[in-house]
Amino acid sequence: MIGPIEKDHRRFRQIVHGTIRRDLKRYVSKGELLGRSAGGTISIPVPQIDLPHFTFGSGDGGGVGRGEGGEGEGEDGGQGEAGEGEGHHILEVEVGLDELARILGEELELPDIRPRGESDIVSEHTRWSGIRRVGPESLRHFKRTYREALKRQIASGQWDPANPVVVPVREDRRYRSSQVKRRPESRAVIIHMMDVSGSMGTEQKEIVRIEAFWIDTWLRHQYKSIETVYIVHDAVAREVSQHDFYHLRESGGTKISSAYQLCLDTIRTRFGSGEWNIYPFHFSDGDNWSSKDTAACVELLRTSVLPQCNLFCYGQVRSAYGSGQFKRDLDQALPAEERLVTSAIADRDGILGSIRDFLGRGR
Amino acid sequence: MNLPPSLSSWEQRIRASAKAHGLVCFDTIFEMVDEEQLDEIAAYGGFPTRYPHWRHGMEFERLRKSSRWGISKIYELVINNDPCYAYLLSSNSLTDNKLVMAHVFGHCDFFKNNAWFRHSERKMMDRMANHAVKVRRCIDRHGVEAVEAFLDRALSLENLLDYRQLCAGTPLLRPQPRHGVDEDEVPADAPNFRLRSRDYMDEFINPPEYMEQRRRKHAAEQEEEKRLPGGPRRDLLALLLEHAPLARWEWDLLNIVHEEALYFAPQRVTKIMNEGWASYWHRKLMVDDVLTDDEVVDYADTVAGTLAEGQSLNPYKLGLELFLDIEARWNSGRHGKDFEACDDMAQRDAWEKAEGRGLEQIFFARAVHDDVTFLDAYLTEDFCHRHKLFVYRRDPRTHKKELVTREFAKVKEELLTNIVNGGAPVIEAVDLNHSNRGELLLAHRHMGKDLRPDFAEATLLNLAAIWKRPVVLESRIEDKLVRWIAAKGTVSMEHPSG
Repeated sequence: MIGPIEKDHRRFRQIVHGTIRRDLKRYVSKGELLGRSAGGTISIPVPQIDLPHFTFGSGDGGGVGRGEGGEGEGEDGGQGEAGEGEGHHILEVEVGLDELARILGEELELPDIRPRGESDIVSEHTRWSGIRRVGPESLRHFKRTYREALKRQIASGQWDPANPVVVPVREDRRYRSSQVKRRPESRAVIIHMMDVSGSMGTEQKEIVRIEAFWIDTWLRHQYKSIETVYIVHDAVAREVSQHDFYHLRESGGTKISSAYQLCLDTIRTRFGSGEWNIYPFHFSDGDNWSSKDTAACVELLRTSVLPQCNLFCYGQVRSAYGSGQFKRDLDQALPAEERLVTSAIADRDGILGSIRDFLGRGR
Repeated sequence: MNLPPSLSSWEQRIRASAKAHGLVCFDTIFEMVDEEQLDEIAAYGGFPTRYPHWRHGMEFERLRKSSRWGISKIYELVINNDPCYAYLLSSNSLTDNKLVMAHVFGHCDFFKNNAWFRHSERKMMDRMANHAVKVRRCIDRHGVEAVEAFLDRALSLENLLDYRQLCAGTPLLRPQPRHGVDEDEVPADAPNFRLRSRDYMDEFINPPEYMEQRRRKHAAEQEEEKRLPGGPRRDLLALLLEHAPLARWEWDLLNIVHEEALYFAPQRVTKIMNEGWASYWHRKLMVDDVLTDDEVVDYADTVAGTLAEGQSLNPYKLGLELFLDIEARWNSGRHGKDFEACDDMAQRDAWEKAEGRGLEQIFFARAVHDDVTFLDAYLTEDFCHRHKLFVYRRDPRTHKKELVTREFAKVKEELLTNIVNGGAPVIEAVDLNHSNRGELLLAHRHMGKDLRPDFAEATLLNLAAIWKRPVVLESRIEDKLVRWIAAKGTVSMEHPSG
């Protein structure tokens, strides 16, 4: 039974979701939700959900207290416990990451992803759903066996309603059997690549970090099993842990092709079986070492990387030093490639727009 | 759920003990509930039959969380009603439940005998259920969104009451609808004076010139009313019910909010006294009659918990200490002109006149005071020093609390300004036809504390949506005059010169 409080509680949760959705932009651009997630839920501070009243402002926050202490003494000096009057509390609401992804999807009108090659990527499961006439005794289906015996006895006139004894014989026995079910499988891998050369500052990395969090949240919502690979590069590329990905600070030149090459190697060695939906994301400030290297990147993408992945996303974060040339080069060299999405992120407010660019295609 | 036999025999004994000590209560019905049920009932303000609204769901979530994480726990819940309903927690120990029962009889006596509860609705359980039926019917008819939007607005105005009328000799103002039978009709300024008649008789029973005369007279009365002949009014909800152009169903919803706010108002203005009185009596009853030897430690533990002072001055503690102080002073005659005039410390300390009027005096105090007058009358300088009260401020730079003064007058002033008018700002309607444009002019009677601006603006918008004409509020922010004007869904703020 649903009591009255469940209804009111559910309505309250709906309102909370509405508020989160309305303020999503603020949550996203401030990045205040990162690090608040634990065990699949995230705790979100929701101000302004309470009904407004005429009340006093917090003002000087004074009141009456009791205890020891002299005039002018502060909290650390031997004072009394505290005073009167309540402080405002900000409501913290727990929301599942799945729920959050749904809110993100609703707000950005993201289409659900149609996993690639649904028909050809299959996995096999065995289910005990069949019945056979032969099999080991341990798998004998008691009920079916007796039903068969009963049918046989009625058909042959041996059935006596006054004395309903059912005796199965060898032919009546039925056994459970396993059947192989083929189910389309969707597994996905996200490959985050980031330029950590000298020109990427703290703010640029923060933007990448926020954007990667939301992209992860959405893709995790779409796929059952997902893996993440982190690659950083300056003049050379290497795979790192998640922590390092966000905190590393290198300096030096930029050779983007090194990252793409490593990405390709990773795909080939670990995710190459064709069963994977592959999402490489590359974030950089758009400065590459040389046009020769850029040409190498384009070549790598065209011939090897793009054909293997669902979507290749390039996000260009604006920085004080970056020229932003690389995005223009990519757009020019691969204009008709629908698996390639490029997006420019000017500042934190641009994060939502670029997420929409990346994930708005439903691939 | 009924009480188990072990508890109900104790209930009889505690009831008898309360009666013997002179407490006069309504019939009191105890019910045993588990923690989640108690949270649910508490989320509805004590009334399981209350109307549906998400605010109750929010309160429920907050209560569930704090009881699950052990931040706080509700010990008792008692409803001012005849009969009085009180809820006991099944997970409490026998000692705790005995304590709660003794405490409840204290509250119950207070509800029945305090002057500020004199107009209190005593059949509120039934009233709340009726309100819930009305709200549900409204939802069926007008849709949940419309009803919720209106309730949200109305509820944001629920503290705009006139607390002074609670103890007045005249009955509470309960506005009557001016509507006909049509649910959606917004009443015209004049009610229908037409008497029922058959067609051919109409001209004679309702002669047109007489009808016209009535209408004009009514219009003149309305004009007079709108000029607020009784001076500025604080009960804005009643004012809206009388004068705002509301459809019948909106009127009904606003009326429900008004009635429930009026019902809860006495408890808001007597918090310190009410809790102090109940704490005084659970202590007395437990120690005199109820407590068994093996329960003393548990009892002391629980009582220490309820009287502990954490982040704020505990109303249980302050109220209890004041009642004890009054009792001691009137027992020994330390009051009145002679005592006040005596400035010899040694003589004061040794003052002893066996008056023995302590008990009489606390019964008198619980009958006639609310928190403001109670503190004003009985908070003495001695008490203030003995309990080491002080005024603190939050340092604007360090955000740390700093002790400002221990001066008695300042402490008392701070305490009183925090609770006057139920702890809410005093906002009065000054003019219903401001600038002769049908605008509503409100004035905030500033008493040293500014309004919280964002909330004030949101609330004004809600007011304007119900009034359906612009609403103007005059106040002061940082000692400068400000004027907020809410109209057509936006608020603007002006600084009038001077």
